[in-house]
Amino acid sequence: MLLGETVRISLTSIRSNLFRALLTMLGIVIGVGAVITMVALGTGAQRQIDKQMAALGGDILSIQSSSWFSRGVARNQRTLTTDDAAALSRGMKHVSAVVPEINSRYQIKYGNQNLNITTIGTTPNYPDVHGFNFAYGNMFSAADEAARKRVVVLGAEIPEMFDADPAALIGRTIQIRSITFEIIGVLEPKGGFGWRNPDDDVWIPLSTAQFRVTGDEFVETISAKIAPTSSTEMAMLEIERVLRREHGILPGNDNDFAIMDRRQFAESRQEATQVFTYLLAGIAGVSLVVGGIGIMNIMLVTVTERTREIGVRKALGATRGNILLQFLVESTILCLLGGLIGLLLGATASALLARYAGWQTAMSTGSALMAFGFSATVGIVFGIWPARRAAGLDPIEALRHE
Amino acid sequence: MGGSFIDALRCVDLDIVPGEYVAIRGQSGSGKSTLMNIIGCLDRPTAGEYWLNGDRVSTMNDKQLARIRNLEIGFVFQTFNLLPRMSALANVEVPLIYSGRKRKHRFALASAALETVGLGDRMSHRPSEMSGGQRQRVAIARALVTNPSILLADEPTGNLDSNTGKEIMDLFDRLHDEGNTVIVVTHEQHIAKRASRVVRLSDGDVVSDTYMSES
Repeated sequence: MLLGETVRISLTSIRSNLFRALLTMLGIVIGVGAVITMVALGTGAQRQIDKQMAALGGDILSIQSSSWFSRGVARNQRTLTTDDAAALSRGMKHVSAVVPEINSRYQIKYGNQNLNITTIGTTPNYPDVHGFNFAYGNMFSAADEAARKRVVVLGAEIPEMFDADPAALIGRTIQIRSITFEIIGVLEPKGGFGWRNPDDDVWIPLSTAQFRVTGDEFVETISAKIAPTSSTEMAMLEIERVLRREHGILPGNDNDFAIMDRRQFAESRQEATQVFTYLLAGIAGVSLVVGGIGIMNIMLVTVTERTREIGVRKALGATRGNILLQFLVESTILCLLGGLIGLLLGATASALLARYAGWQTAMSTGSALMAFGFSATVGIVFGIWPARRAAGLDPIEALRHE
Repeated sequence: MGGSFIDALRCVDLDIVPGEYVAIRGQSGSGKSTLMNIIGCLDRPTAGEYWLNGDRVSTMNDKQLARIRNLEIGFVFQTFNLLPRMSALANVEVPLIYSGRKRKHRFALASAALETVGLGDRMSHRPSEMSGGQRQRVAIARALVTNPSILLADEPTGNLDSNTGKEIMDLFDRLHDEGNTVIVVTHEQHIAKRASRVVRLSDGDVVSDTYMSES
């Protein structure tokens, strides 16, 4: 018998009891909808991390002071100095650029407004190394740095915080810790990574920060760009060697600094997101299985209800295979229809989440196909038992059934 | 189930030739249902043989039996056994679906069969929209549509009033006159009288096998 005929028979029987068919599908609808939504959420989160990783640039190592133990007490003290940064920028084979940073939050005053803003004292190569572009104005020069000039570059979101037009701010002054600075540049937005958003920072020359604002020689972070011809491992070893020498750390003693590969950090975050996505999709998948059991239930009831019909069909020449196929096709169609509705539901849910909850979501053809394939499989797997029961009925008994 | 087996049929030795009109009579429990199931290839005898058109049906497997039922047997049931959700035409097409006919052929054959039983104008009606007599006519059309070797009717008038029953039996007479082999299982005298041969069963044995003279 043609498969097309079987499909037609199944559609007729589903249509004749549409409401029940819809209720039967409900489990699959919810299951597929949930899987699609969860995968869309997970994929969205991963895309976001991917974007952040691309923005980070993969070739920067971040060196920070680390806590170390002294007489059994953990010390958390700044150990990196501007001298370290200078040492790292001399004669290095595996590091092509070094950017020290002095970070502090200060009261910044513009007109009559007062804000608490992270102020970073750094070198002129900061925008190049970290991949910032200027919307207006320029970065301070090496001469500005050498002269300890009181000039400042603003992050992209700062003008808005002061209710000011960014273009008009160039040449105006702000007060950082009551010291007047001239605004010489505004950066383009770059977007945050994790806990920090660099768009609401301001930058001043390192020497200005050191001698006019903080008054000490310590830096919070030194960023080191790995030379294009070198590797992360080589650069890390070289930095470690130089800093140990600078800090006079004896062999066998621990480093008082830490070198971090931010890309590695992002990668581990991505892995965690992926695991989380699979977990959520797995939980949603359980409801698919429950939906499949629902289908099996209804199909078993259907077989009992239609025993007479099965007897008649057998008397008229239907083989076991014909009957088996008929019921299998029916449960598969139910599941596929449920899968289709669930797909639409999931797509709608992800779109709504993206729009109203502001979560990143990304629908993929892969997850749609997977959910569809999975619901077809559920239909076949959970349809087999009822279909076998139908096919195995004795025609004489079936015809006698009331 | 009860642990004991009863032979529903014992010494049945029956030859039916093409074109015959045979009535099988007997009280309930006489074994006529079992005989009908065997003739209709729904059941196989536990012992003995059944040959149909030179094929030994008694040793066939399920698939072969299904094919024989489809092509060689036309069932007419007491309770019509139409599929309720389908039109008359779709009901008559069912056996043709199982024999793998194309849709175009099915429509032609099924509508011709419905014309034969006088329901050419009721093809799109569902069973629930038809009278008992009309339903039985649809069932007969369904039995005829594959042009089977045997038209096998089980109490075909049992659920009909006497007038309609007479009409249905007239239809069987006509089909027999057109050359069909008709076997009617019944316990009613006046139905059996129409046949050219009456086989009486009692407790699983053939107690009489009479050829009626044309009257």
